[in-house]
Amino acid sequence: MALSGIEIFKLTPRTNCKECGFPTCMAFSMKVASGAVEIGKCPHISDEAKEKLSEATAPPMKTITVGTGDAERKLGGETVLFRHEKTLVSRPLVAVQFADSMSDDIIDAKIANVQKVDYERIGEQMNAESVSVKFDGDKDKYIKLVEKVAALNKVVVLVCDDVAVATEALALVKGAKPVLVGANKDNINEMVALAKDNGAVLGLCADTVEEMYSLVETAQAADYKELILNPGTASMAKTLENTIEIRRTAITGGDRVLGYPSIVFVNDLAGGDPYLETALAATYVLKYGSIIVLSDITYAQALPFFGLRQNIFTDPQKPMRVEPKVYEFANPKEDSPVLLTVDFALTYFVVSGEIERAKAPAYLLIPDAGGYSVLTSWAAGKFGASVIANMVKESGIEQKLTVKKLVLPGKVAVLKGDLQEELPGWEIIVGPEEAMQIPKFLNEFK
Amino acid sequence: MAYKKVSKKYNGKISEVVIGTGDKATAIGGRNVLPLHTFDGEAGQAPKLGLEIVDIAPTDWIDAFNGIYGDVCNDAAAWAKLVEEKYAPDFIYLRFEGADPAGQNKSAEECAELAKKVAQNITLPLVVGGCNNAEKDAEVFKAVSEALEGKNILVLSAKEENYKAVGAASGLAYKQKVGAESAVDINLAKQINILLTQLGVNKNDIVMNVGSAAVGYGFEYVTSTMDRIILAALGQNDETLQMPIITPVAQDAWSVKESIASEADAPAWGPTEDRGIHMEISTASACIASGSDAVILRHPKSLETMKTFVQGIIG
Repeated sequence: MALSGIEIFKLTPRTNCKECGFPTCMAFSMKVASGAVEIGKCPHISDEAKEKLSEATAPPMKTITVGTGDAERKLGGETVLFRHEKTLVSRPLVAVQFADSMSDDIIDAKIANVQKVDYERIGEQMNAESVSVKFDGDKDKYIKLVEKVAALNKVVVLVCDDVAVATEALALVKGAKPVLVGANKDNINEMVALAKDNGAVLGLCADTVEEMYSLVETAQAADYKELILNPGTASMAKTLENTIEIRRTAITGGDRVLGYPSIVFVNDLAGGDPYLETALAATYVLKYGSIIVLSDITYAQALPFFGLRQNIFTDPQKPMRVEPKVYEFANPKEDSPVLLTVDFALTYFVVSGEIERAKAPAYLLIPDAGGYSVLTSWAAGKFGASVIANMVKESGIEQKLTVKKLVLPGKVAVLKGDLQEELPGWEIIVGPEEAMQIPKFLNEFK
Repeated sequence: MAYKKVSKKYNGKISEVVIGTGDKATAIGGRNVLPLHTFDGEAGQAPKLGLEIVDIAPTDWIDAFNGIYGDVCNDAAAWAKLVEEKYAPDFIYLRFEGADPAGQNKSAEECAELAKKVAQNITLPLVVGGCNNAEKDAEVFKAVSEALEGKNILVLSAKEENYKAVGAASGLAYKQKVGAESAVDINLAKQINILLTQLGVNKNDIVMNVGSAAVGYGFEYVTSTMDRIILAALGQNDETLQMPIITPVAQDAWSVKESIASEADAPAWGPTEDRGIHMEISTASACIASGSDAVILRHPKSLETMKTFVQGIIG
């Protein structure tokens, strides 16, 4: 639990030396309590006090790192159940499931899909970050398969409850911070030892939360805290219930025993139905999945999944933005119109979607407008005539044009006069108020 | 230390609203738990699923729907019957796109006539939507509500610009259920509910449409708006927000480029229809997980999948 300002004050030297930049130790302590300042800003604080404090202020849920190098990702570390309360921090990973029981053709097709589905959306690369390899009984084939998919340089999840097989498989990915899912009440001690030896994150499997709780206690008693929890696949309803119970025991109940990320085998729950996988995957993006395992990945599944994930895991205080620049649609030419809008991602998406729908050649000019909607950024003085005129000049768009026509969002028609003055040689046109009118506007444009 | 279950009990409850009549009448809402948290208390009604049809043959639906429905799209009454018999949703959503003054501009009387034919052809509850022109919608809803008096339909929806006309006609005069529409903002949702109840519409006759978006298109606002509404309704027992939520997923999900770009335009993405279905399912399940008590879908495959999802996840 978090400490109060008074409790933090007691840990400080109480000399009011001002070296932290605050007039008194008390003022400093209050700021630390509110989370505005790091305790380390006090040069005289003891290590012991620091440790006490960092333990007290640590999130109720542990942050677990998986993978290494480019594949490294963080899981967990959440502090709230709903994004509006603060923000959700660690976006769930997608893992594609492989198994030694699958034919080579299927395996190769999935590998091809994992490589193919890889694209950028609002400045983020979207792809399956993880591969999951399940042991179905053929050890030699399993080992070969692990070797094969490990070469994809993704986070490797080994699904295997056979200690001997897991030992061999782990040796192949040692050092790559893999996940080993397969500890249960029968093998927990061996599995903990194995995970410890190999620096693997250990996945604990239980169909009830009570059983999960005792598994975590066993692992923690062996001093191992690199864990991820698999709430089972007993049924769609039970798995969701377990996942929710685990998360809120940690966040609301403040019980760190269950303060670990989760791995949900949506592929098993959906029984091979890709549409049902999509429904469940969306649910677990919202309701506390940390690694979501799918049977395969296609663009049809990936586009909505990654779109939803990107939406949900944005900080409510920081709007998503697109890069300020000139975007081109349908091979625009030297007489194509230049449309204008703001860098708020949502606005960009709606506007660019409508321009694409119009299938008419056009440029879309986006200045740095602070990441707000058209009217908000205009009202905040971030989307005025001089900002726009500067962007027109800096972007070099003028060199591409013989006919210079700038289309203003209808909502800021008021800018027309000023822009006319700032941009001599340009024709300033007031465009539609709503994005949905853009196709009509562009198709009638001359 | 032993495991201590953290369950959460709420004082507030989402009201239960029945639409339709007879055996096929369907109830939505009625829970005092967070969405999908059926294990916490009174689970109420499982989320209800509707399928969308249009009064005129739709022009902006992807080609695949031609293959599914064919000529029946030209006759909403036959279309409704086919949907009821073949796909069996919980309700049918009839949208009067043809009333749009910027389009075919069909009169309110024509719409009412058609609504009557549709209602005669089905036993499922009917939800009626307009053309998104507030003034015209008020006329259409009035005429349709009158023509279908006693059918207990849900009208989608009354908004700030037309709530007086829609509330007075559909809610008060003809005793239908009224949708209260707002644009992804808890305060606007509350305001339209208050305006309608002040007009005299019973709060148990109101269903909210709090606005929506396809996933990837600002869905964070949708989910946070719903989270906040439901926490206020249940946790603070805020009576002005205890109406169940219906979300017309279909129109948003089937208008983004992921769902409509042709294969020629986006060759890497694969078949258009499949993309649209996944987009619709993803949006619908995210809405249900956020708090929708009913969703409106367009593709029969989406409906089939969401039926399995709801049955499985509610347990």
